[in-house]
Amino acid sequence: MQVTPAAQASSTGAAAQKRVLLDIRGLRKSFGGVEVLSGIDLAVRERELVFIIGPSGSGKSTLLRCCNRLEEPSGGTIVVDGENILDPRVDINAMRRRIGMVFQSFNLYPHLTALGNVALALRRSLGRSKADAGTAARAALARVGLAEKAAAYPAELSGGQQQRVAIARALALEPKIMLFDEPTSALDPELVGSVLRVMRDMREAGMTMVVVSHEMQFARAAADRILFIDKGRIVEEGPPQQIFERPREVRTREFVMQLTHREGIEP
Amino acid sequence: MSGLGFTFFNLEVMARYLPAILQGFVLTIYLAVLIVISGIALGLVLALIRVLQIKPINALIVIAVDMLRALPPLVLIILLYFALPAAGVRLSGFGSTWLSLALVLAAFAEEIFWAGILSVPRGQWEAARSTGLSFAEALRFVVLPQAARLTVAPLTNRAIAITKGTALGSVVAVPEILTQATTAQSFSGNPSPLTLGAAAYLILFIPMVVLGRSIERRFSWKR
Repeated sequence: MQVTPAAQASSTGAAAQKRVLLDIRGLRKSFGGVEVLSGIDLAVRERELVFIIGPSGSGKSTLLRCCNRLEEPSGGTIVVDGENILDPRVDINAMRRRIGMVFQSFNLYPHLTALGNVALALRRSLGRSKADAGTAARAALARVGLAEKAAAYPAELSGGQQQRVAIARALALEPKIMLFDEPTSALDPELVGSVLRVMRDMREAGMTMVVVSHEMQFARAAADRILFIDKGRIVEEGPPQQIFERPREVRTREFVMQLTHREGIEP
Repeated sequence: MSGLGFTFFNLEVMARYLPAILQGFVLTIYLAVLIVISGIALGLVLALIRVLQIKPINALIVIAVDMLRALPPLVLIILLYFALPAAGVRLSGFGSTWLSLALVLAAFAEEIFWAGILSVPRGQWEAARSTGLSFAEALRFVVLPQAARLTVAPLTNRAIAITKGTALGSVVAVPEILTQATTAQSFSGNPSPLTLGAAAYLILFIPMVVLGRSIERRFSWKR
């Protein structure tokens, strides 16, 4: 297997021996002439938790949304679990089942119960029987601590519970990798913890995760690697200690200072 | 008072023409059901085609829908009945009334369905697609059920408004309620059959109005 520059940079600890699950090279994306991503290289290895931080408009959400082609990249390659998802012959629906995604605004289906939300893709996309999908959906809800909310509609759940159902909906398909697009940004502060706890459990269970988020304490505690993105480029990447305590780039330092000040933590 | 009673509530005349009005009643129901089913089905199909975002086809749909919504239904009925034979197509009065009103209902239904589909947030599509559902599956299992909720009330109202237009069929001799009533009036020289006709319309449409309201209430609850 080839080792990309991005992977080399992260070859600290056990992650170096693991297989690359997500391999992004030279990724570009433009929206009507405005370049949002200007050549991103990133290799995420099995069981790794990569955090992406950066100012708003830096392209971090777009980067994530290119990884399951919710956005169509303008250039570059993205290989997920050995398959180039930009190949026109690839079955994108089959690939998306292997790539879980969690959105900032939850996007639960309001007309279905929590169980229905989780079971829908199991039934319609994987073609499982109703009973089978129900069992798997209940198991996924149990993993996020919401087994007793199976019959509740999204409107009857708190934001934190809704986001956990959304995580269960993605988890139920047993994805190889999970993408989180600002999963706690729409939550009231007191509900953030429950979602982060679920994410920590997933990490401990060995899930490979790419997280776009401003939860700096969580990043510091749980991330293997942090990418700082600005103006569509990776400015700096490294383990949390490097990014938070001795960033190499001035821009990284300024951004981290701003964020940690806002959180009330000493820089 | 007795003059009014003799003129509009003449029981003897009413009894004589009740069978004819009943025939008109049955035919009106038949026509209304045909219009509602075919009109709404066609409207849904047009909205689903529009979802595919094929520009020239969408432009055609928009033009056709706007024309149908702009034309008075009576003009359409008369056009289809009197003008189509010149083009070699002969429609009965029943056929042209059914086709005209179904097309008009389809045009309004298409707009209602389209607005309903557009009102479903993009995030719903994205969540569905991100779990590997195809475009068609996302539409069918995620977007349409939510769109339907918003379309029920306007669709019911529009369906009632347009099926009331079956009375326009009297212009092209469709033997529906109004035709039967006016025919009976001219034979008897007494307008009491019109009273009977009005009663028949009320019996037919009041349940629909009530049903429409209860559907509206049911669908506006849980979200």
